Amino acid sequence: MQSYVHVILAGLSSGMFIWLVASGLTLIFGVLGVLNFAHGSFYMLGAYCSFTVLKYLGAGFWTGLLLGPLAVCVAGFVVERFFLRHVYRLALPYQLLLTFAFVLIFDNLVKIVWGGGALSPPSLSFLGGSVPILGRNFPVYNLFIIAVGPAVALLLWALLEKTWYGRIVRASSSDREMAASLGVRVPALFTGVFVFGTWLGALGGGLAVPYVGLLTPGMGETIIIEAFIVAVIGGLGSLKGAFVGALVIGVLSAFGTRFFPAFDMALTFILMGGVLLWRPQGLFGATQ
Amino acid sequence: MKAETRNAAAAAAVLLALCAVPFLAGKFTIYLAMRIMLLGIFAVGYNLLLGRTGLLSFGHGAFYAAGAYGLGLFGVHVSTHPLLGVAAGVVTAVLLALLVGTLCVRHTEIYFAMLTLACGMMAFSFFWNAREITGGDDGLIGILRAPVSLFGGIKMPIGKDGQFYFFVLFFFVLSVWAVHRIRQSPFGLALAGIRENARRSEFAGVPVRRYRLAVFVLSGAFAGLAGSLEALLESNARPFMAHWTHSAEPVLVSLLGGMSSLAGPLVGGAIFVGMREIVPRSTENWMLWFGIVLLVIILGFRGGVVGTLSALFRKAVAPGEG
Repeated sequence: MQSYVHVILAGLSSGMFIWLVASGLTLIFGVLGVLNFAHGSFYMLGAYCSFTVLKYLGAGFWTGLLLGPLAVCVAGFVVERFFLRHVYRLALPYQLLLTFAFVLIFDNLVKIVWGGGALSPPSLSFLGGSVPILGRNFPVYNLFIIAVGPAVALLLWALLEKTWYGRIVRASSSDREMAASLGVRVPALFTGVFVFGTWLGALGGGLAVPYVGLLTPGMGETIIIEAFIVAVIGGLGSLKGAFVGALVIGVLSAFGTRFFPAFDMALTFILMGGVLLWRPQGLFGATQ
Repeated sequence: MKAETRNAAAAAAVLLALCAVPFLAGKFTIYLAMRIMLLGIFAVGYNLLLGRTGLLSFGHGAFYAAGAYGLGLFGVHVSTHPLLGVAAGVVTAVLLALLVGTLCVRHTEIYFAMLTLACGMMAFSFFWNAREITGGDDGLIGILRAPVSLFGGIKMPIGKDGQFYFFVLFFFVLSVWAVHRIRQSPFGLALAGIRENARRSEFAGVPVRRYRLAVFVLSGAFAGLAGSLEALLESNARPFMAHWTHSAEPVLVSLLGGMSSLAGPLVGGAIFVGMREIVPRSTENWMLWFGIVLLVIILGFRGGVVGTLSALFRKAVAPGEG
């Protein structure tokens, strides 16, 4: 019994990272209609920037978490404003490959700046250690992550549903032209949404610094695939779907790692294939 | 000169040059030429799906890997005859493509891309985890290049790179010719019709879903052929052949060279291999440069190298019309 609880807790905490990355991805897809391969790179950049603030500027964890993702927002701004903006009207392969080009560029830039090897971050003084749950120890930091995920979800919900900006974002997402003709500055709004989505991904990266143990230049390529899967299972563009999808994938792969180590990765893909065959638009996606 | 005569002359010249490579060039150039032809087979087949039918797959690495593992396992358990091995690799790839394709062609656009991505990664995790069969993360190693025995008596050794080169060249020419014929056939034209307007094609009586499946399996067969040849060239089969970053290669190559022509993916493949093998000698940052080249092509030259050059050529020949 206790081992089940621990597997579920481990699954929830890894699911929350996927949610943080998938939330930005989903928001960007929902509003801009672009599936962003480079989103994993923003996660990676967030981790590296937070790490740098943490280690070289001697700042605390919270400062790193604040400054790191903000620095990555600059990269997000440049990508949208000067590149992505020109391909909205083009066919899908061009959009995907443009963002893929940035995966190559960012991976390589990270190698140039931080070196190709793995970096190990300093251990945390607070939020470190573990607490006993049902007789076995569980890391405090993972509990913290399990709390951050729903907090971000709540923040996003409040922003989108309860504020004036949120209403405009939802309006432009459902009808770009109508919003523009009612006076919404759609291009500027797109840039804003993209930068905000970037920030979410980078925040996930910053939070991952104490969690993953090692930072490597390829760390974005793994999580972006998981985020894609989550976004597709939940229904592309649906934040609720991404949240549920991330929890399901997180817990499922935790059980997979624990009980069927040979198939932990295959399980998620099987789930995605199954969902798409049964409900092509995903769990919470609008019907096509 | 008519366009067809010109193209035939260009193809003959390229073929002649390719035949001359092992006699004139050094070891490294021969190896490079083989890598270019392998990627060429992979990409020219893949472009039947992307450029011709308008379907973006991110899972063709799986069929490439299926070809490589198919040949490797056939060599271990049945026979090391290279031609039979290649056939086994292609058959394995076709069966896998048939399975994946049946699941995926119900969808188009982004869902098709994501489903193929998922299926490809599923194959990757199989190759990675099924250690007893596939050798796990080490891959299958020590794949032999036994002599090709034909009609009982004749034996052609392919052990040396200079000999194996002609084995690769044979399949390369065969593949390009086959894809050329497919593009010209009524089937190939119907595929272009599906790309332009699937619904109209459906009304015109084209069985859209069956055609999509057919071209998916066909492109999977070419991927399997390229994979089995790589297994012979590198004498191993690796799980990373099925990884999505490898599945992205034919997409990049088609874009680089130009999706709308037969020559596009071939030229793109040559540029890609050249960049990957030669640029790292002067700089470690070939990915950065490749990314920048991609950006320039997507933002400014969407016809790719071939499309842009032929547009320039047409302008030069007939300045009034361009």
